[in-house]
Amino acid sequence: MESLDDEGVVLRVGEVAARHGDDPHRLVQILRDVQAALHHVPAAALDGLAQRLGLARVQVEGVATFYSHLSATARGHYHFLFSDGYTDRMLGREALVEQLCAALGVERGVPSADGRVTIEDTACTGLCDQGPAGLVNGRPLSGLGPMRIETIAGLVKLGVPVDEWPQELFDVADNIHRRDLLLAGPIQSGDGVRAVLERGAEATLAEVERAGLRGRGGAGFPTARKWGFCRQAEADERVVACNADEGEPGTFKDRVLLHTQPDLVFEGMTVCARVIGARRGLVYLRGEYAFLREPLEAVLAERRRQGLLGKAILGAEGFDFDIEIHLGAGAYICGEESAMIESLEGHRGTPRIRPPFPVVSGYLGLPTVVDNVESFAAAGAIAAHGGDWFCACGTAESTGTKLLSVAGDCARPGIYEFPFGVTVAEVLEACGGSGARAVQVGGPSGTCIGQTEFSRRIAFEDLATGGAFTVFGPGRDMVEVALHHSRFFAHESCGFCTPCRVGTSVLAQGLERIARGGAGRADLEPLKQLSGVMRSMSHCGLGMTAANPFMQTLERFPEDYEERLAGDDVMPAFDLDAALAEARALSGRDDAHAHLEQRHG
Amino acid sequence: MSKIRIATTSLAGCFGCHMSILDIDEKLFDLAAVAEFDRSPITDIKQCGPCDIGIVEGGVCNAENVEVLREFRRHCKVLIACGACAITGGIPALRNGVPLVECMAEAYLDGIGTENPSRTVPNDPELPLLLNRVHPIQEVVRIDHFLPGCPPPAEAIWQAISDLLAGREPTLSYTQLHYD
Repeated sequence: MESLDDEGVVLRVGEVAARHGDDPHRLVQILRDVQAALHHVPAAALDGLAQRLGLARVQVEGVATFYSHLSATARGHYHFLFSDGYTDRMLGREALVEQLCAALGVERGVPSADGRVTIEDTACTGLCDQGPAGLVNGRPLSGLGPMRIETIAGLVKLGVPVDEWPQELFDVADNIHRRDLLLAGPIQSGDGVRAVLERGAEATLAEVERAGLRGRGGAGFPTARKWGFCRQAEADERVVACNADEGEPGTFKDRVLLHTQPDLVFEGMTVCARVIGARRGLVYLRGEYAFLREPLEAVLAERRRQGLLGKAILGAEGFDFDIEIHLGAGAYICGEESAMIESLEGHRGTPRIRPPFPVVSGYLGLPTVVDNVESFAAAGAIAAHGGDWFCACGTAESTGTKLLSVAGDCARPGIYEFPFGVTVAEVLEACGGSGARAVQVGGPSGTCIGQTEFSRRIAFEDLATGGAFTVFGPGRDMVEVALHHSRFFAHESCGFCTPCRVGTSVLAQGLERIARGGAGRADLEPLKQLSGVMRSMSHCGLGMTAANPFMQTLERFPEDYEERLAGDDVMPAFDLDAALAEARALSGRDDAHAHLEQRHG
Repeated sequence: MSKIRIATTSLAGCFGCHMSILDIDEKLFDLAAVAEFDRSPITDIKQCGPCDIGIVEGGVCNAENVEVLREFRRHCKVLIACGACAITGGIPALRNGVPLVECMAEAYLDGIGTENPSRTVPNDPELPLLLNRVHPIQEVVRIDHFLPGCPPPAEAIWQAISDLLAGREPTLSYTQLHYD
């Protein structure tokens, strides 16, 4: 590994910062590049960047320690991040990680003695339909199995650079099983932009309204209203931001949309720019999807060549708009729109206090429309085909289609584009998941339902979803599922507010106790109360929904909890006798008073 | 009608909460009219009998604390965690960041003014054995009500007791929970 002294590090990070125009708002991008170049962000880099960018050192350090893809200590030349989504677990990821650790003689989470290899776990990387998955030096590994792990171990042992590994290791499939309005390829590039120029901004906004388009991230806010607010906001400059930080475990439809329909997404952003009067477009792409950056840049370059981006788009004087791609660095919370804006500005991803909403004061305080990838894709198509084309599909309150990321215990995981209003049972039928015990709609923060509710519909008025549809087969233990997701939220809490920071950890500890049979029925009550506090008192949606997996599985699958509960009373939260072991050893005592029973009469 | 019985104890606490109980001042007469104390520092009764209300100050730092707390739970219909140490571990829990071996060394071997030629940690069964960490009491037994504060103000304690005497769910108003 390249070894630099502090002076060398400062020089090196100076070069990186210079490539980013020494812009402190690009700090997250700069730190990503530093991490890639030096395999970590050393203390000297923090000093160098603080000085160069005119920031306090603590500001730089605060950002560098926030994102999980940035590390203060050196990572290996081969840096593996194995996806720890529940679907990866279903597919046996634990054994595979162990296999690679054993083959390379590396302990998980600890760089190898020679510093060449680091093997770590990370949150779901968005390849749930082709897991177990992971990343090596930021490149995606999918469909892992014992053979592939053996191949990878061999390549590492031989010292083959990751760039020279066989391409098939990095192949990412689209796995589209059902196409509808959006995935059928509804327009040629430029159709939407031409339509908005012909029809005019106001009339286009009216079409988006007629279409009834609602935000595809899951919240379902009417897109036309959002655009309208932004358009009315007093400002010289406005911004279009595309939320491609698809971090909800089990969701991967934006990856497929950006891979197969990037033009449509950019079309929608450009249409939005015309409607609200924005010159600047930003795509916030989750760090795990860095492999999409190059192809997306190529599409952007092609659009510039076609006059669909840049100055005077399609010859329209004053219609200047361009799009820039920012990468995330491993933080689920940045999918929350105001946290995403903070990250785009080069800060920690801490959600802002709202109001003001981004449409009034967003990126750099400018009125900003933040929409999901799928929302922009739909908007692009609506601009070309009109609102009626879109709302002919779906339900009255949820028009159009929804891309579902189907994974878990089913025969055909992948992407299914269904009209809104489709029932859970119909989706299960299509994906070969009939007989499922549970389906988690909208990921851990969404709704987990059992068989009696499979007639419910995917729609904002029933089961709202950002797109995850995770199937749990007959043998799945829902306490384990809840525990896994509770740990995820505890890890991803940004730490800003107490109900979430403390609540997610206490809840995860409580579920650990339940899972190992160390809790009684009376222990459930405080956890339910805590869940209520988190829901009502948290600063943002993460904390408000972090107790969903616990509350919903407890309500729908009480039998999974019942069989583990040790009686009606509470159980001690820790092993009482083990807690005396240290004092016993120090005092040399072993009498009756030097021991405690875990249960009492 | 027989009087209701109240027991109180201080585990890993400073007796500050008990001081606050005494701070209900003249209301002690109202209380004495309807209640009598069982095991409590006020009575010096050593074993708890059947009680209506148990008030516990302090966290759980040793084996004896666990036993006393369990005795209270067994005998009290309603158990109240009184004060910050009972609810969170409080000041005694500050030792949780220090390994027990260092705590013991400071107390028995190396502390300023300590004379211990045998260089051993005492092993008398009379001395309660320390847990490796200090815990809130609800991590050991079921607790019915929590009275926050360091100590909880006398008015809050009286509010809780008089609510229970009247057969109401104890509730503290915002001003009774507001400390700044």
